[in-house]
Amino acid sequence: MSTSLIRTLPGLAALAAGLMGLAIVLALIVAPEDADQGISQRIFYIHVPIALTAYFCFGLGAWKALLLLWRGDERYDLESYVAIHQGTIFGALTLITGSIWARASWDVWWTWSSNQLVLFLVLFLFYCAYFMLRFSLEEGARRARSSAVYALFGVVLIPISFLAIRLAEDFIHPTVFTREGPQMTGTMFATFCVSWAALTLLAYVLYRVELAGKRLDADLRELREVLL
Amino acid sequence: MNWSQAELVAAAYGVVFVFVLVYVAIIAAKLVRLQRETTELLALARGREAAVRRGAASAAEAPGEA
Repeated sequence: MSTSLIRTLPGLAALAAGLMGLAIVLALIVAPEDADQGISQRIFYIHVPIALTAYFCFGLGAWKALLLLWRGDERYDLESYVAIHQGTIFGALTLITGSIWARASWDVWWTWSSNQLVLFLVLFLFYCAYFMLRFSLEEGARRARSSAVYALFGVVLIPISFLAIRLAEDFIHPTVFTREGPQMTGTMFATFCVSWAALTLLAYVLYRVELAGKRLDADLRELREVLL
Repeated sequence: MNWSQAELVAAAYGVVFVFVLVYVAIIAAKLVRLQRETTELLALARGREAAVRRGAASAAEAPGEA
């Protein structure tokens, strides 16, 4: 199964690159300029999909952690770790692009008054601490179980962070998706969907590449021990 | 420092591009290391195989000499 997945990887990577190119063209050229925010609204097409991808990666990491605790299969430990690593990368990108968007829209790089921003920072720092916990323990079953439990605790923060925008009282952070549907034109929504698909696929490709590299590394280490 | 809105949009997209580029560079460096390790292990395995063959050949010659 893993061999067939590795075989499909170049095709998926090419598809991700093509979708990323299409998303950039749609976001920067085709999508109409927002009447309220002007050109800075174009950051939305990269910032929001990156944030959703980060949530997805953290969720995937927690799901793999649950599988590890449930089935006891060691391969889920590495899969959970790689998914959380991807989530942290996309989380850092969310904070950076969000900060740039804040500077463009609100004239500040950061504001502590927005619950959405602060809760996302808490989520990001929580998963940064995951690596501190993981690398402070000796490799083995104990480390795998402790990391899995920690990853599962973190998943609670995802819906809180996601819904904070609706629970927030300041309303400084814009709400685009309401019960009435997306508050944007059809072209804008299509651009957002393409960008989201591109970034999710990019994250999945990076996840598979990193996982394949780590497994190869472990196999080589084992082979070295056998030969030496 | 005064940033225009267009510059900030370019910066946001640029940051993502640089992140992906750095990630690819890290993966490429790792691949180079794995390739080097594979070559080392292959040379080690071949050396062992040659040593085993030499040992088997000398063992086959030994009864004739006696």
